[in-house]
Amino acid sequence: MHWLGQPFRERSTLVFLGVLLLALAAVTLLHVAVPPEHPLYVSIYTVNLFGKYLSYALLAVAVDLVWGYLGILSLGHGAFFALGGYAMGMYLMRQIGDRGDYGNPDLPDFMVFLNWDSLPWYWQGFDMAWFAFLMVLLAPGLLALLFGFLAFRSRVTGVYLSIITQALTFALMLAFFRNEMGFGGNNGLTDFREILGFNLRSSDTRLGLFLASGAALAIGYVLCRAIVASKLGRVCVATRDAEARTRFLGYRVERFQLFVFVVSAMLAGLAGALYVPQVGIINPSEFSPLFSIEIVLWVALGGRATLYGAVIGAILVNYAKTVFTGVMPDAWLFSLGGLFVLVTVLLPRGVAGLLAFRFRRRGKSPGSLSGREVSA
Amino acid sequence: MRIPDAFKLPVMTRIVTLTLLCLLACLPAVGAAQNDRGHALLEGLVSRSFNDKADAIEAILQSEDERANDWLQALLDGNLQRLKEDGRFVVVVGNSGREWPVRDALSGEALGEISRRDLDRITINNALRGQLRSALSLVELYAGDERSRLAAAEGIIGEVDGELAAALESRLEEEESDKVRHRLSQALAVHRLERGEADAVETLAGSLNSNVRVALTRAAQSDDPALADAARRALADIQQTLKLNRVAETLYFGLSMGSVLVLAAIGLAITFGVMGVINMAHGELMMLGAYTTWAMQQLLPGQPGLALLLSIPAGFLVAALVGIAIERGVIQFLKGRPLETLLATFGISLILQQLVRTVISPLNRSVVTPEWMSGSVAINDALSLTLNRLYVMGFALLVFAALILIMRRTRLGLEVRAVTQNRAMARAMGIRATRVDILTFALGSGVAGLAGVALSQLTNVGPNLGQSYIIDSFMVVVFGGVGNLWGTLVAGLSLGVINQVLEPWAGAVLAKIMVLVFIILFIQKRPRGLFPQKGRAAEG
Repeated sequence: MHWLGQPFRERSTLVFLGVLLLALAAVTLLHVAVPPEHPLYVSIYTVNLFGKYLSYALLAVAVDLVWGYLGILSLGHGAFFALGGYAMGMYLMRQIGDRGDYGNPDLPDFMVFLNWDSLPWYWQGFDMAWFAFLMVLLAPGLLALLFGFLAFRSRVTGVYLSIITQALTFALMLAFFRNEMGFGGNNGLTDFREILGFNLRSSDTRLGLFLASGAALAIGYVLCRAIVASKLGRVCVATRDAEARTRFLGYRVERFQLFVFVVSAMLAGLAGALYVPQVGIINPSEFSPLFSIEIVLWVALGGRATLYGAVIGAILVNYAKTVFTGVMPDAWLFSLGGLFVLVTVLLPRGVAGLLAFRFRRRGKSPGSLSGREVSA
Repeated sequence: MRIPDAFKLPVMTRIVTLTLLCLLACLPAVGAAQNDRGHALLEGLVSRSFNDKADAIEAILQSEDERANDWLQALLDGNLQRLKEDGRFVVVVGNSGREWPVRDALSGEALGEISRRDLDRITINNALRGQLRSALSLVELYAGDERSRLAAAEGIIGEVDGELAAALESRLEEEESDKVRHRLSQALAVHRLERGEADAVETLAGSLNSNVRVALTRAAQSDDPALADAARRALADIQQTLKLNRVAETLYFGLSMGSVLVLAAIGLAITFGVMGVINMAHGELMMLGAYTTWAMQQLLPGQPGLALLLSIPAGFLVAALVGIAIERGVIQFLKGRPLETLLATFGISLILQQLVRTVISPLNRSVVTPEWMSGSVAINDALSLTLNRLYVMGFALLVFAALILIMRRTRLGLEVRAVTQNRAMARAMGIRATRVDILTFALGSGVAGLAGVALSQLTNVGPNLGQSYIIDSFMVVVFGGVGNLWGTLVAGLSLGVINQVLEPWAGAVLAKIMVLVFIILFIQKRPRGLFPQKGRAAEG
């Protein structure tokens, strides 16, 4: 397990983990130990919000892994996120049991409403937590495996691949909007009650979910860092910068691409699974192409091919979104659109690039973008 | 059809009377004495018994009153009503909302709007309705112009009874128009068929009228084996024709949808092919074109046709100018970074959408379809082609032809092709690549504007108009092969047709999903589309 230890020898990873740990501890302390009337008190609503940001951050890390280190601009990662979310949603749905409006112990409310008399086969097993959590990883992973196998084998790359991934998530969105699919159609899955026996509405559970999101982000980050720093990661970076050349050197480029793509999809699924119990709903709008492309913006703003930049970007943009949509909803799309333009034109290396420039780091971590490679 | 006894009068008398009535209707001014008589006639309709009503209708027909036609039509449409207040008879002119505009049934003067609660409708039953209809169509058959005669003749197919048949026979001899004669003989043949005459089937063969089909189906189950057999054969023939018609209709809708896709995608194909630039704001440029049409119609109220024609150049210009602004303002700084260009133009598309939402309205705007574009061309009874789609199809082909000409025959086209194939070499030969970039981008954007103008005639004009087409147009470009106009044409049309073929079978959403999956799989086989670019340029 030499390669898993590698990240812990890097300063940037240690700094990142330290900051993350501090933030988690601070929020928990401020919520638990500070009395509610104190100005520094963090309400459970805010904790929940931070938990949501953390799951977004994990999603951004997953996207950065393929975009930053593999050069694959996926405009369909929202699909993997949503699939993970749906797997979790199905588990939570089954946990409702006979406490739904119709009181049917086996069928979720929307199925009773649609006059279905039995559970579809793909809903079987989701009442068991271990199976559902396995599917959280497997469902997006298998889709990525199939899609990536087809795409990389025939050497679909660049903008072609981006458009095809966008079509993928668009097709899935249309499919999940259909009631006949058995995923609640338009309304999606909601009205969850408990997870692993803990009441989802209690603040302790929410705090737990927040911490779990933080832990998942830390694990995902270390895993990505380990992949990037390994020999495999170097081949990936080589693929990103000169795919044909890497192939001529004898590497089966498509296998590397496929592996990393699947890992990234599973991380995205995990992020989705953490996201759903915290917001309490999953519906087909998570599949929308706009959401997928927004994720890419988080990464671009934070700084591509740094991983920690993706985390910064996800939190920054979503914090801004929360503030803006509350204060002046009309302005949000303007600023989002403006961000896309500004970041790509003026900040090709994102916020992380600014930081790196400021601190003038000696030596580069493997895989970071140099001037010429930005154009890949 | 069962007819009230009182109705059975010599048909010829009725027809002559009605004809006279219609001629008289041209004469002006109605006296007060006549109004009294008219009131008395209408009074007969206010009865509980439908037999009494039938008598009253007959009396109206016999009265030689020139307003009879008007009354009977209003009665048939349920528009002949009575004021609760003073018992006057009125004709309702428009019946939407609570207040209905009415006119006096006798004097014809407008009485303003009256609440529908103050009105009593004169009710009729189905027997009366059928009788009214055939009486009215007979009047039309004698007095109308060719068009209304044709409509009337078509209307009575399947409604003919014994005495009407006699009247029709004599009308048939006088009728000059072949088309009307054809319909009349069909109407008579249905009648004969119902009486069990097998030779009537011959006249009906190949007719697509639904009443003819009903009559034939009934005849096919009759006890007379000769008749049943003949009817069955005729039916099978008709089914075959209908099937062909359905195929033709699917094809038409498919091609029409495909031509929209071609219009939407072709501008994209140009910019993508030449500059390798993915313009995610392409859909929003289409939206701008559609809004230009709307704005033009606001500027020229009452002249939707002229406004539409003017918005063709205007839409092109607006979109082209915005396109130039995008190219100069953003894309030129992102040269050689296609993925970043994609993101930046996506940002622009968000801004443009929100701009329209804030400045104009988040709601859809309706664009008027000029008269010469609305309606449809009837090919036969079962197949009619809507005109607006026909125009859009023609427009798409025109735009396509113009683009081919520009690419093949002009200096700009030559330079564009040179830059597409080998940018560095083209520059070495003295072609100003930057200028070519700007012009190409303007051209591609302008075509998007044109697509928007065309789309405004087919769908709602709203801020999301572009979004709904962008993924489809990308699919067309990817399917057809980048930078190949013919590929775009073939891909667009075939995707449109495929979608329409799948739709009735799988439903609209599933059809769309299947097309997307199909393209994803297709890319496996041919990663560079149907018509890939050949040579070194292909390895970009």
